[in-house]
Amino acid sequence: MPAGQPILELQEITKAFGGVEALRGVDFALTAGEIHGLVGENGAGKSTLMKIIAGVHADFSGRFILDGKETRFRSVRDAHAAGIAMVHQELSVAPDLSVAENVFLGNQPTNRLGFVQWRRMAREAGEQLKRFGIDVDPMSRLGDLPIGLQQLIEIARVLFSGARIIILDEPTSALSPPEVERLFATLKRLRDEGTSIVFISHFIEDILRVSDVVTVFRNGRKVAETRAAETSKPALIEAMIGKGREALEETYTHDIMLPPPAERPVVLNANGLSLARSLRDVSFDVRAGEVLGIYGFMGCGQLELARILFGKLRPDQGSLTVAGDQKAFRSTADARRAGIAFVPESRRDMLFHQEPVYKNISISVLDRISSLLLKPSREREIAARQVDQLRIRPAAVELDLGMLSGGNQQKVALAKWLSYPPRLLVLCEPTRGMDVGAKDDVIHIVRDLRAKGLAVIVLSTEPETVLSLADRVIVLKRGAVVREFANERISKDRLLEAA
Amino acid sequence: MTSGESVTVPASDRKRPHRLAAILRSQMRNIAPFLTLICLFSFFAVASPSFATLDNLGNILTQISVTGIIAVGLTFVILCAEIDLSIAAIANVTGIAVAYFTLQESYVNIANVPMPGWAAILLALALCALLGLVNAFGLTVIGIPSFIMTLAMMQIAAGISALLVRGQIAYKVPPLVSTLGSTSIGGVPWIVIVAAAMLLGGHLVLTYTRFGRYVYMVGGNREAAEYSGLNVKLILGSVMVISAVCAGIGGMLGVAHFGSAQQNEFDTYLLDSIAAVVVGGTSLFGGRGGIGNTIVGLFVLGVLNNGLDHVNIDSFLKILIRGLILLAALIINVYAQRLRERTAE
Repeated sequence: MPAGQPILELQEITKAFGGVEALRGVDFALTAGEIHGLVGENGAGKSTLMKIIAGVHADFSGRFILDGKETRFRSVRDAHAAGIAMVHQELSVAPDLSVAENVFLGNQPTNRLGFVQWRRMAREAGEQLKRFGIDVDPMSRLGDLPIGLQQLIEIARVLFSGARIIILDEPTSALSPPEVERLFATLKRLRDEGTSIVFISHFIEDILRVSDVVTVFRNGRKVAETRAAETSKPALIEAMIGKGREALEETYTHDIMLPPPAERPVVLNANGLSLARSLRDVSFDVRAGEVLGIYGFMGCGQLELARILFGKLRPDQGSLTVAGDQKAFRSTADARRAGIAFVPESRRDMLFHQEPVYKNISISVLDRISSLLLKPSREREIAARQVDQLRIRPAAVELDLGMLSGGNQQKVALAKWLSYPPRLLVLCEPTRGMDVGAKDDVIHIVRDLRAKGLAVIVLSTEPETVLSLADRVIVLKRGAVVREFANERISKDRLLEAA
Repeated sequence: MTSGESVTVPASDRKRPHRLAAILRSQMRNIAPFLTLICLFSFFAVASPSFATLDNLGNILTQISVTGIIAVGLTFVILCAEIDLSIAAIANVTGIAVAYFTLQESYVNIANVPMPGWAAILLALALCALLGLVNAFGLTVIGIPSFIMTLAMMQIAAGISALLVRGQIAYKVPPLVSTLGSTSIGGVPWIVIVAAAMLLGGHLVLTYTRFGRYVYMVGGNREAAEYSGLNVKLILGSVMVISAVCAGIGGMLGVAHFGSAQQNEFDTYLLDSIAAVVVGGTSLFGGRGGIGNTIVGLFVLGVLNNGLDHVNIDSFLKILIRGLILLAALIINVYAQRLRERTAE
C-alpha cells in the first residue's frame, strides 16, 4: 500500500459510558508507515478511541473503515485477526510464566501432535528480544524481572507479533532513558517497514521526537492534528488545556508563598529515598500547616513514594525523619504510631465495604478509645462527629459502607484518620472520580486541617488536584524530583511543562 | 454537597420495599445452617424413636465437645481467611505430651518423664503454643501460605507424637485433665462444660474486644487493614497461636475422654472441625461468621453423625452421606458470599 493512503479511518465516532460521553464525533485516520502520536489530559478520550480500534469496546456509533471497507470488530480477537495489536497502559503479563511463554502468549509454536516446542520457543523468543536490545534468559520467570523489563517484554511481544497496526498506550512510564531510546529505534524501524503505530504518552517531548503526526484530544473531541515537525511543546499544551484558560487561571492558579521556616517546624524530612526502578534519590521536607503537592505522570513513582512514607514499602536507600527522629518503619502500624495517616488512591484498598460506616471510621483509632474491650457507643459518637464535620451523606453511621456513593466513601477514608488528628496526612489522588461538590468539600477539609497545623502531602497525576490544594509543589519525573515550585506563580501549563 | 443530599435521600427511600429481601439475602449464611440443623433434627426425630431423647441429646453434646474446643481456635483462623490443617496433629501431640510427662503404669513401655500434674499440663500447653508460634512465624515472617505451612506442621506434630509414644499406648494423664475429660458434675460431663466455656470465651473475645474486631477487619479486607495502620502480621500470628492452644486443650481433654493416648487418635478431628466452622456459615473468604455459626455447625455435624447411627442404613453409606452434606454446606457458603456482595453493591 502506498504511503499517505489511510489504512484505517474512523468517522464520527461517539462512545458513552453510562450517560457520560467519552468521545464525541471524533474522526481519526492512520496511514501505513507512520507513527501517530496522541496527547490529551486524563479522560480526554485517547485510550477510549484506541480501545475501540483494538476491539475492546465493540459498542460505539460511527463508521470504522479498514482497508477501504467498513468493518466492525466484536472482540479483541477480531482485531487481532485483522492485524491490530495494543499494549495497554496497565501491565498485562503472566508473571508466573517464563519470558518465552509471555513472548508467545496464546501463540506458542507446537509440533504436529500439539505439543509445545519449548526449545524452538525459547530460541526464537531470545532472538526477538535480543533484536530489541533485551538480553535475558528466555526461560526465567517473568515476575522475577524488574517492572520496566516486564513492560519492555510486553511491548516486544506486540511489536514482533506481526501486527500491521500497533497501539502503545503510555509505554514509556516505567522505562529508563536508554530503554526509551531502544524502543524508539525499534518503532522507527517498524515504521520504515510499513507498520502503522499509534503512540499515546503524557511525555510530550517523547511524542514530538518519535511521531510523524500528532493529534490532540480534549474532553472527548479531537481538537488538533499537525505534523510533529510543525508544532512545539507549548503549542500542544495549549491545545490540550484549551481556550477556557482564563477560567482556569482563576480556579487553579494562585501565588504560592512558602511560609517562613522559623515559625513552622519540619514534620517530615525525606532524604535520598531510592527504590529499585521506581525512585531515585528523592529528598524533600514538609512543615506543619503546609500542604505539599507532589505531581507527576502515571508511573512517575508517586505511588511507591507514598507507600514508603506509610511503611508499606521499605526504601533501598535513604531515610525518613519524623519530627526530628529518624524512623525506619517496619510496618504500617509503626508509621501510624509515628503520627502518619495515609489514604491510598483506591478506595477499595482502604475501606471495609461490608462493615458499617462507624467501624470504618473507628478502625484507625480503636487503640486510643479502648484498651481491651470495645466501646461501641464511643465509636459511634466519634464516627457521628466525623460524618457531621465532613458532611458524609447519608448521615447514618450504621449503614454498610458499600451503600455510600464513591465520593462519600472517599470522605470516610479521610474521616478514619481525623478523630485523633495525625501529624502528617498523606493523600493519594484525593479527588479522583469525585463530582464538583464532593471535590470542593475535600478541598475545604484539607484547608481546615492545614489551618489546624497538620502537615499534608497530596500526590496526584491530575494537575487541578495539586494546584487547588498545594502551598508548594514538587514534580516527579521517572522517579526523580525535577522541579520544585515554591513562592512563585504556578499554572497548569507550567506544571505540565516541568513534567 | 447540598445537591447530592437531595438526590441521596429519595434514592434510599426507593430501596425500602426491597429491604426485607436484602436482609434475608445478607443473612443467608446465618439462616441456611440453622434451617439445615432443624431439617436434620426433625428427620432423625421422626425416623428413629431413640433419637430425640434427653439421654441422646446428652450424648450428642458429649460427642461434639472435643471438636467444639478445637473449633474455637479454628474459627479465629478462618475468620482471618487463613486455614490451619495442623489442629488435629497438634491436639494429638499435646495429648500425648501430657501423658508423657505423667507417671504411667509399669506395663506401659514408654520411656516417659514423670512430673507433677501441673507441670505436665504446663509443659503440654507450652508445646502446643510453641508449635502455633512456628506456624505463625512461617506464615507471617517467612511468608509461607498457611495451607502449606500448617500441612508441614501436621507432619511435624505427627512426627513428635510418634517419637514420644513409639507405637505404644499411654493411659495415665494428670488428675485435673482426667477429671475434666472423663467425669461429670451434677450429671453434666465436665468436657461439655469446658467446651461451652471456651466457645463462650471465644465469642466474647471476637465480639467485645479490640482484638476480635481486628480479626474481623483483617479477614474482611487485609489490604484495608494494613492501610488503616493495623499490625496485620501480629494479628495473623496471634490467631495461629490461639488455634494451636485450643487444639492442644482439646487434645488433652480428648485423651482423658478416650482413656488413652496414642498415635493418629485425632485424625478425624481435622475434617470435623473445619466442617463445623464452615457448615456453620463462617466465610472461607474471611470477615464473616463467628462462634455462633460454629456452634450451629457443631450441632449439624453432631446430629448428623449421631442420627445416622440411630437409623437403619448401610454403615458404609454414612461416609458418603456425610461428604455430600458437607459439599452442600460449602456450596451454600460460597453462594451466601456472592449474594452478600451483590447486596452490598
